[in-house]
Amino acid sequence: MEPILEASNIVKFLGAGEAEVKVLKGVNLELMPGELTLLMGPSGSGKTTLLSILGCILTPSEGTLRIGPHTATGLKAEGLADLRRKHVGFVFQSYNLVPTLTATENVMLALDLRGTKLSDAPALAAEALRKVGLSHRAHAYPSKLSGGEKQRVAIARSLAGSPSVILADEPTAALDGENGRAVMALLSEVAKDKGRGILVVTHDHRTLSYADRLIRIEDGKIVGRARRRARPGNGAAAA
Amino acid sequence: MSSASGSNPAMAKPMPMARKLAYRNLFHDRMSLFVTLVGIVFSVVLVAVQCGLYLGSAARITAVLDHLDGDLWVVPVGTKSFDDPSLLPGREKYAVLSTPGVGTVDELVVSFALWKKLPRETGVRCATESGLCGSTASLLIGSDTHTNKSLPWDIIKGSIDDLSAPNAVAVDSSYFMELGVRELGDRAEVNHMQVTIRAVTKGIRSFTTLPYVFTTLQQARMMVGAAPDQSSYMMVRVAPGHNVADVRAALQDRLPDAEVISHQEFHDRSTNYWLFETGAGTALIAAAVLAVIVGVVVVAQTLYASTKEHLNEFATLRALGASAGFIRKVILWQAVLSAIMGYVMGILLSQVVIYAFKDSKLLIIMTFNLAWGLLVLTIAMCVLAAVSAIFKVVRIDPAVVFSR
Repeated sequence: MEPILEASNIVKFLGAGEAEVKVLKGVNLELMPGELTLLMGPSGSGKTTLLSILGCILTPSEGTLRIGPHTATGLKAEGLADLRRKHVGFVFQSYNLVPTLTATENVMLALDLRGTKLSDAPALAAEALRKVGLSHRAHAYPSKLSGGEKQRVAIARSLAGSPSVILADEPTAALDGENGRAVMALLSEVAKDKGRGILVVTHDHRTLSYADRLIRIEDGKIVGRARRRARPGNGAAAA
Repeated sequence: MSSASGSNPAMAKPMPMARKLAYRNLFHDRMSLFVTLVGIVFSVVLVAVQCGLYLGSAARITAVLDHLDGDLWVVPVGTKSFDDPSLLPGREKYAVLSTPGVGTVDELVVSFALWKKLPRETGVRCATESGLCGSTASLLIGSDTHTNKSLPWDIIKGSIDDLSAPNAVAVDSSYFMELGVRELGDRAEVNHMQVTIRAVTKGIRSFTTLPYVFTTLQQARMMVGAAPDQSSYMMVRVAPGHNVADVRAALQDRLPDAEVISHQEFHDRSTNYWLFETGAGTALIAAAVLAVIVGVVVVAQTLYASTKEHLNEFATLRALGASAGFIRKVILWQAVLSAIMGYVMGILLSQVVIYAFKDSKLLIIMTFNLAWGLLVLTIAMCVLAAVSAIFKVVRIDPAVVFSR
């Protein structure tokens, strides 16, 4: 099976002159369709930098990034924005919902950015919210939603427009145990889509049971990879 | 729905979500919106009043000319404006009438004159504010009231024909107090000649604040001591089928001691003299420009503050793939929405101000073109004010969303 995202020999320097730091030291990583991959590592190991590069927000100093048939190498800011708009969905630790828009409108905003027709957007947004079990909160503003509900709206927003890659940055960090498990279960469910790969950056060991694959990063290098047991309906091999 | 991406074919379509986001951001912070609107309203009202005063001044400067329909004017050399009169040497009328292409000629005598107030009866105080008599300067305008019924206009008491009576004059009711008169039949002296008010106009005020005193051509000549063939200006109507430029050139050849100018030139010369050479118009325009600058600064500050407040959301939008164009549109929509709301409130308040001053000595004119111009100016002002906010947002690093 072809990887849906492939990062090869990614090197990233941050800072300049004497303050320059090599944050990533030749990272190779693949996301397979239909899989949820966990990226774990201590603080300062380069997780967020790697996530930013995989999400086409930062450009690598060296190495190549490919999402589906598209290569991100050499693209300028607007080209990268175009690539992530079309192919990458994000779930952030702090949800990052627009507080002045309702749940539906937050999802419609993502659809708008992805070029969905105005007439189609309300139905697609409603469908995305239904998938995350939030139809009854469709017209609520973020300030009226619980943390778990906000993160589910963020997941619905990331699903809008059906991107092939979803990158989640510590999605359970701000949630209690119950809501954290619900969010991971939802991401795990979303990952069953064979056309989509999900990478979750996390410190939270409670999330391990939802992963298909586990990647460990330390000091800018991948130091371990493991494939976990197959989930129901997923053909992945046991570790 | 469309995206602002350069690569998105739907780019040219409307962007409802950009508009909605702009609207919601704007109304999210009511106090910030209030400050923005106060700045815009202040600016709109100030610019409207200053421009209205400018138009009112221009209208007053050319009010007499605008009620005359000559093609060409014969004026003394060096005439700066209609209200800057002197006398032509004399006998020009015959030279003008004998010029091919000339249809009709109307002579006008325009001159400064001393108006002496007289009490209505012996021992009675004058109808001035202090009750004292005395004299004041006025601008005497004499025209042939038999052939030219244009001067004066807006007569509310008496008629033009009443001016044919001996020593009859017409004055405006708004100058009654300054002239020491109250009604038809009141008497005064103009350059030591006794005159009687036979007609009263309403709303004919001069830019220089000197009261206009209308009378017949012959009486005006007597009052200013002009010869029977002397006048200040000659208004020429070109006969049908003749070219105005040709007639003008022929007249100028025959009248080397006078200037022959078009009606529009006389109009512009008068306006430019009073509005620009005296600096009066420049001051009005400068005040309007200052008002725009104040508006830009106030709107720029509040819009920048509002944008900074929503910086995390804009960074999220960038992270989600929003193009710089989409972000610019959100901020520009905020600016345009603010401009439209501020304009509507400002123009309504301006109308209240204009209504409040309608019976005062200040003439403030609001025209359709001025109202449209103000709308365009207000939107341009707010868009200009949005530039700093746009610079702030498009330079934001979307990677910051991961550190929050």
